[in-house]
Amino acid sequence: MSEAMTKTVGAAEPVGPGRPRGRRRTWGDLPVVPRRLIILAVILVAWQAYVSFSGVNQLLVSGPVDVAKTMAEGIADGDLLRSTATTLQILFGGMAAGMLIAAVLTTLASWTRLGEDILVLLTSMLNPLPSIAVLPLAILWFGMNSTSLMFVIANSVIWPIAINVSNGFRTVNPTIMAVGRNIGLSGVRIVKDVLIPAALPNIIAGLKTGWAFGWRTIIAAELVFGVAGGKGGLGFFINDARTFMRTSEVFAGLVTIAVIGIALELVFTWIERRTVVRWGTKTG
Amino acid sequence: MKADTTAERPAGEPLLTVESARVGYQTDGRFQTAVQDVSFDIYPGENIMLLGPSGCGKSTLLKTIAGFIEPSGGTVRISGRTDLAPGPDRAVVFQEFDQLFPWHTVEGNLTYPLRVNGSSRQEAKRLAGEYLELMGLVHAAGRYPHQLSGGMKQRVAIARAMALRPLMLLMDEPFGALDAQTRSRLQRELKDVAARNDVTILFVTHSIQEAVFVGHRVVVLTPPPSTVREVVDVSGLDDPTSPEFVAALRRLRSLLTEDGEEPDDMAFE
Repeated sequence: MSEAMTKTVGAAEPVGPGRPRGRRRTWGDLPVVPRRLIILAVILVAWQAYVSFSGVNQLLVSGPVDVAKTMAEGIADGDLLRSTATTLQILFGGMAAGMLIAAVLTTLASWTRLGEDILVLLTSMLNPLPSIAVLPLAILWFGMNSTSLMFVIANSVIWPIAINVSNGFRTVNPTIMAVGRNIGLSGVRIVKDVLIPAALPNIIAGLKTGWAFGWRTIIAAELVFGVAGGKGGLGFFINDARTFMRTSEVFAGLVTIAVIGIALELVFTWIERRTVVRWGTKTG
Repeated sequence: MKADTTAERPAGEPLLTVESARVGYQTDGRFQTAVQDVSFDIYPGENIMLLGPSGCGKSTLLKTIAGFIEPSGGTVRISGRTDLAPGPDRAVVFQEFDQLFPWHTVEGNLTYPLRVNGSSRQEAKRLAGEYLELMGLVHAAGRYPHQLSGGMKQRVAIARAMALRPLMLLMDEPFGALDAQTRSRLQRELKDVAARNDVTILFVTHSIQEAVFVGHRVVVLTPPPSTVREVVDVSGLDDPTSPEFVAALRRLRSLLTEDGEEPDDMAFE
């Protein structure tokens, strides 16, 4: 038996940076935050330089300095903040409804074969449908109001969440469930203490996809509303600014959308770090 | 029934009695008998090894005793009881490394099952500490399972099962996925700990060497649908180089190869 063969199967590799001795420091050796900040700074400078020196029509393109000023004004006079709040409110409402329905569908799918078949069929039909496509129907049913938007958002988040979560439940390692039963767990307790934590990587993945879908959908829906003359959130804010050629406000709206998108990502990263990353069960 | 031809029964009442057990499973709509007719007893403090060719239903038998599979015939009696729902009185150690709860630390993997079974927080912590110490895991108490090597994970699984102070440990090839060195070290540790603490073990293996080294008696099964070929006494064989140990290896090997099945056991070569 050779010594080299005795490395234990499944042993955790030592973590931490391992730079071979004597190698020159490169870009990749920098921590991730400075790396990103440097790139961001370069982009901002290039953007401003383009706007200032290329002679591009400033009615069509705003530079970062203008955009920052506009954002500050929008926050100060409350316009941008109000629009953002409206959008987030509708988003959270739609998300909550969608998550609730997804939870019910997933429970049914996990309990019965029929429920599972129904979920799989509905998902395969409705998930590929771009969620904004149901907006006309929503307007027909509920009118030009936030209920329509919530309906569209709920529809856009139900399917990715339900399919991921029920997939997670179905693929839980049978050994860990056997251990749960062996130590005397059953009923609600084994669901809460074993099934859900074991399926958490999929649950988080589903929620992440759901939020991403919901966020894209609400902006699209609001833009349509804006075109149709409705009042409301960020999509409307952008469309309104476009109408009056307030280009820097259009940019400000876009930057706000991007920042909120990033913030949502960060929330999920934070949750993952405290759960599935710490446990070594994160997928993908 | 030619069981127990060479092994002497220890005195006293058996802890576990398996009587004419018949176990099978459904595949492609057909009932497959894995275990045809198996009987044996386990007495308190014994290490009983279930040895047989692969696919002989030894794991199936263990899962039946654990309560995961319903026997289709015969009886399994544990200290007088025949209701066999899964429970912590028969704590199972599986072969898979991911039998640990990845969301609990090593210590949490021990305290959580104790808490489920009614221990107070302090009591669970005290017992966990005791069994971590026993398995040499104190330094790893705060780590998560994914930070452990395979051997460490199996140690934690054994500590977790023992901390529940079950009537018996059911071990389903717990060292089967380990490299040879770790495997023999864990065999030694388990043997020591079990002897010092008077633990009763039913241990499924396909390794002859493991059966002789860890076991007191070895129940040799035939290929499926399996019956008991013979029960061989291997108690007191600690030195793998002793003539008695080698003789026991030979004997078990011949019992297995009568079936035309080469046992998968490098240690014997």
